[in-house]
Order: sequence, then C-alpha cells, then structure tokens
Amino acid sequence: MTAFFQNVVNALQWGSFYALIALGYSMVYGVLLLFNFAHGDIFMVGAYIGFFVATAFLALFASGVGLIALPSWAVLTLVILATMFLTSFVGMAVERIGYRPLRNAPRASAAITGLMIGIILETAVLAMFGAQRMKFPDLLPGLSSAAQPTFGGVIISWQKVLIVGVAIVLMLLLQWFVSNTKWGMAMRAMAFDFAAVPLMGVPLNRIASLTFALGSALAGAAAVLYSMAYPVLDPYMGITVGWKAFVAAILGGRGSIKGAAIAGFMLGFIEIFSATIFPSTYRDLIAYSIILIILVFRPHGLFGEEHTARLRL
Amino acid sequence: MTSTAAEKATQSGGVRGALGRFASPFKGVPALGWLFAGLVIALLEMYFGKFLAEGVLGLDKLPALFGSLIIFKKPSLQFPFIFNDLGTIAAVIVYDLVIYAIPLVLVSLLTKGLANKLAGLVYKRSVLVSVLIHILLLYLALRLWTDISTYRELVTRLTMIAVIVTLSLNVINGYMGEFSTSHPGFMAVGAYVTSVFTIALFTNSNYFGEAKLPGSWAPFLFPIALILGGAVAAVSALVVAIPSFRTRGDYLAIISLAFMFIVKSFFENMEVVGGPRGLGGQPDLASFPVIFVWMALGIWIINNFVRSTLGKALNAVRDDELAADAMTVNTRKTKMTAFLFGAFWAGLAGGLLAHVLRYINPGSFGLQKLAEVLAMVYFGGLNSVLGSIVGAVSINLLGEALRPLELYKWIVIPVILILVMIYRPTGLIAFREFDLGEIVKPKDMKEGDDAAA
Repeated sequence: MTAFFQNVVNALQWGSFYALIALGYSMVYGVLLLFNFAHGDIFMVGAYIGFFVATAFLALFASGVGLIALPSWAVLTLVILATMFLTSFVGMAVERIGYRPLRNAPRASAAITGLMIGIILETAVLAMFGAQRMKFPDLLPGLSSAAQPTFGGVIISWQKVLIVGVAIVLMLLLQWFVSNTKWGMAMRAMAFDFAAVPLMGVPLNRIASLTFALGSALAGAAAVLYSMAYPVLDPYMGITVGWKAFVAAILGGRGSIKGAAIAGFMLGFIEIFSATIFPSTYRDLIAYSIILIILVFRPHGLFGEEHTARLRL
Repeated sequence: MTSTAAEKATQSGGVRGALGRFASPFKGVPALGWLFAGLVIALLEMYFGKFLAEGVLGLDKLPALFGSLIIFKKPSLQFPFIFNDLGTIAAVIVYDLVIYAIPLVLVSLLTKGLANKLAGLVYKRSVLVSVLIHILLLYLALRLWTDISTYRELVTRLTMIAVIVTLSLNVINGYMGEFSTSHPGFMAVGAYVTSVFTIALFTNSNYFGEAKLPGSWAPFLFPIALILGGAVAAVSALVVAIPSFRTRGDYLAIISLAFMFIVKSFFENMEVVGGPRGLGGQPDLASFPVIFVWMALGIWIINNFVRSTLGKALNAVRDDELAADAMTVNTRKTKMTAFLFGAFWAGLAGGLLAHVLRYINPGSFGLQKLAEVLAMVYFGGLNSVLGSIVGAVSINLLGEALRPLELYKWIVIPVILILVMIYRPTGLIAFREFDLGEIVKPKDMKEGDDAAA
C-alpha cells in the first residue's frame, strides 16, 4: 500500500511535466490547427536557457556568495519567470520562421517544417555545447536535506510538492487567462472558426504569436521543473518527453486545456503503474497501446468536440 | 495542361528565362539519349577515371560521389568557408567536368538524332519492349557506375530501397491524403520477419540454431521471404487501417504514431530476436541486381495502382470523403487497400534494408527514420511517383554528399527542406502523372504518329 501511494506521488510529478508541455501542443493545435512538432525541442532549449539563467542568478543573488542576497525561493521564482520569458521568444521565432510562411499551405507541410526546426534546434544545441551532459545547478540547496513530509509512511519530498504545485498554479493561471481576458477570448474564437474570426478584426498573426509564446513559456517552466528533478541536460531530452506530451495533448482533445492537463496526468499514471506492474521495458508498449485503444473508441480525444479535422490539402 | 504551364514559366524572364534558353537544345533529347550519355559516362569513368584522378589531377583516389566528400573534407565555418584547399577543390571540379558534365552534354546532343530514330523504331513496334530496353540500359549504366567503388554501390542500394519506401508512403500520405506516421513500424515488421526467415533457414546462428536448408537455395527463396515480410507488415497495418474508418486526419496521425512506438517497443521486448541489442548476421542476399529488380517492380506496380480506378478512388477520398461516398466509392475498401498496399511495400523494403545492412535493431526504426521518410515524400512531391523517386534520390544523395560536414549536415538538410516547404508546399514535383510510355517516346514524334503505328 505504501508502494502504491509512493507511485501515485511519482505519477503526479511526471504527470505535471507531461501536462505542462501538452498544454503548449494543445493550444497551438487548437488555435492554428497544426502540430507544432518542434515543441519538444523548445522544451529542451528551455532547459538550456534555464541552466544559464539559474547559473547567473545563483551567482548574483544566492545568499552568501551573491551580490544581493535573496532567499532561495525568490531566486527560484525569478529563475522560472525569466526562463519562461526567454523561452517564449524561442517559440515566437519558431512560429515566425517555420509556420507563418506556411499559413495557407497544406498542414502536413507545416508539420514537416516543424520536424525540421526541431532537428535544427537539437543540432544547434549539440554544436554549441557539445555532447557532454551538463548538470543543472541545485536551486534549493536546503530542500533535499530538510525533513521531508511523510503521509502514512509515504515519503513525499518537498521537491515533488513544489513541482506539482507550481504546475497546477500555472495551469490555473492559463485557464484564467484564456477564459477571462480579451486575448484569451480571441484565442478561443480563433479555435472556434479559423477562417471567419480574422475577418472580424482579430489579428491572426498576433494571436498566433501569443499562442506560441504562452505554450513555450509553459514549456520553459516545465523545463526548469524537470531539470530540478532530473538535473542532467542533453540535446535529445526533448524527444522522449516531448513526443509523449504530444500524444497526451491529442488524447485530451483538440484545444482543450482541461483535457490536455488531465491527459498529461493520466499518461503519467499509466506510465508509472505499467512500469511497476510489468517489467519496466514494457512501459512504452503498454502506454501507447492504451492510448491507441482510447483513440479507437474516442476518436476525438477525451474532451475534444466532434470536429471534422481535414487536412487542408 | 501542367506541362504547358511549366513551359510558360520557363519562358518568363530572369533566371528562369536564362535557364530555359540553356535547356532548350536538350528538349529534343529522348530518354534513350540520356541513357546513352549515362553509359558513356560510366564507361569513361571505368577506363579513364582512375588515371585522370590519380595520374593527372593528383587526387588520392577516384571521387566516389562527384567529389563532394573531398570538397567538404575539412569543414571550416569561418569566413570565407573554405572546405578543402583550393587546388583539391579545383581538381575535383575539373574531374566532374571532364567525366560527367562535358560527356553528358556532348553525347546527349550528338546522339540526339540517332537516339530519336532508334527510340521511334522500337516504340512503334512495341511500347513494352521499348520500356524494357530503357530499363536494361539504365541498369547497365548504374551497374557500371557503381562497380567502381563499394561505397558508391552501398549508397545506390540504400537509395533504391528508399525509393520503394517513399513510394509506399506517398500512396497513403500523398494519394490518400492522410498523415500516416507509422511507416518505420511497417518497415520494422517486414525487416524482422524477413530476417528471421532467412537467418533461421539459411545460417547457423545463436538465435535459431543450425541452417535448415542449403545456402544455395537462399537466392530463390529470398523473394518469398520478402513477400512474407511485406504480407505480415500489411496485416499489422490493420491496426491503423481499421481505426481510419472512423477517424481522419490528425487523430489518425496519432494512432499511426502510437503504432510506430508500439512496434518499436514490441521488438525491444522480444528477446528471441535480440531485444534492444538487435538482430544481425542476415545472409548477404540483397545484392545490387536483386534490389534493382524489386525497385523496378515496385515502381511499376505502385504506378499502375495509383493510376487504376482504385488509385483514383484514393484521390476522391482525399478530396472529399462524403462526396466520394455519394459517388459510389467504397471508402472503407479504398482506405483498407491503401494502407495494406503501402504497408506491404514498406515491409518489403524493410526486408531488403535488413539484408543490405545485415544488422537491424529496434532503435533504427524510430523517430529519426520517420523524419527521414517524411522528408523524402514531402521534398519530392505529393501525389507523384516521379516526385517520390526524385525525393528519395535527392535526400539520400544529399545526406551522403554532406556526410563530411558531420553535425552541420543536420542543419543544412533541414534548412533546405524548410525552404522547399515554404516555396513549394506540396514538394518539388507534385501532382504529376508518371507515364513510362510517354517517357520512352521519341521526342521528334508528331501527334498523328501514334495512330499510324
């Protein structure tokens, strides 16, 4: 029983990564009807940005060594915010270079440019930093040594609480933004009818940039959180996590923020529990089989509306 | 219709106009003339290439792929981007001019009349014989050309397999308009089934024990192994084909993606065939002629398939499924056939690939393979057999030619693809019919000549 709850905690942590990245896929897919295949690599670039931001901020603000001493939670907040800010520009650049020229092209072509931009990002990072893996700095040095909260024998580390907490707060913020602001309304309108809404005076390109910026910012936050839990960076880290999050986004339903978040957590649970019940090498096999079965019976995802998504060819 | 549009485009001014003027004398050269030129080049390189490269120009050895490997030998990314010393680059360019460019221009222009006459002679007798002669000549030229270096031969073999894969994916993605991402999975199934068949029957291996049949039977049973591999791949494609009845577009893309991951993970967990370590020691059966025959067969069958009523039904389903259904197209049967047909050829190509590399592992049928295959289809052109051939050949040759750039190759190739996607979103040669009869036809033939014959 203890092991079960321990796995629940692990699943929640993985689910937060998947959900945060899946939101980026889902929003782009909802608003612009295209697969942003470069999103996993934006996540990876976010981790590298986070690495440099964290290193710089620790040198500046860490208590004891820095110029201005700040408590470590404040440094962490600053790192996350700065990484989100910088990563959002990566996303906007990807949109500008890879997707905007193809706005009226077949969507499959845009998917190809996305794939290719992903490869370029990986290669560029590999060329710049080499194949040696970098270690993400410890942002909260006191945290792992402090007394960890336990719940009926289950050890819930502070780090996991923090990761899940930050992820949920970000998701709620996004939900609020999309449902309560003018820009969010424009995004929802665009998702509702891609062709007619620009005619009503909604600036298509600005909404597209905004969508990419928001999605990439979340990917940047996910990257910092991920790097705190698994502090080794390598240029191909975006592939495995990114593609799974992509599948989660589709599983959640087109453009559904709630769906993407829930499907992300669901994927975390499926993965962790299939790895505990069966040999861990079967993890992918079982996870993808379950997804395939769900999609066969619910072809529009968990929360997606009936939608005739035709390739515009 | 499309050809007149293309001609108009070439007559317009600027760079295109200049290119058109340069190309105009070559308009009358029939396919036979180009093949003559190819043969002359191959022979020239065979008897004269080594002497020219090593004796006259002072290169270490004969340039294997037009010398790109030598030119890009020492990549330097600082201005002025000199890759090798200028003398060597000049030598390679001279070599390419003397062996390839000049003979190509001279022979094709000089034999224009003769080639047209000969082509006309055979064409009027029988189109089939004419096609066969062309294929034979192409084989001869390629064979002589690849005989010179083993590296060149390997690249050509892999390219020919890539042609089959690209065509088979184009059936689904181009002609039927789905975004299928399961092709590496089909290839993996075909590769494993074929490999298990040949390894178990013809070799002494750690996996399946002693050889069951004498090795001399292997070349004759190899086609059966390949077809078996293709057939099993086709059966596995049911996993993707059946959901395609209910769902289209994006969700089918995810289903096929999940299928690809499932296949990869399945073989990683199959310890019988080596698990993640992979399966090696396939007998050396996929020689140059074998692959050439399969490629020719593949192009012929796939081309006939997409030009048949069923092939037109694919286009109808792509353009509007409801309307197609109303016009008595059996959409389910059409989708099913397309998936099974595409998967069959992908599996067959996977089997060939396994016997060229003589080692396969599940990791090689993953996302990287997917990106490669998709790139070839969308680069060459959707809905076009010729486009698939061009896409497969150019992406493969580009990949090999830029190999010395190492890492930067993976920046150059994606940038080229992005540019192609931006300026020609459906690929280089999209929506073009591929008619062998039209290709082998002499260029000086008038409109009425067909009827006279």
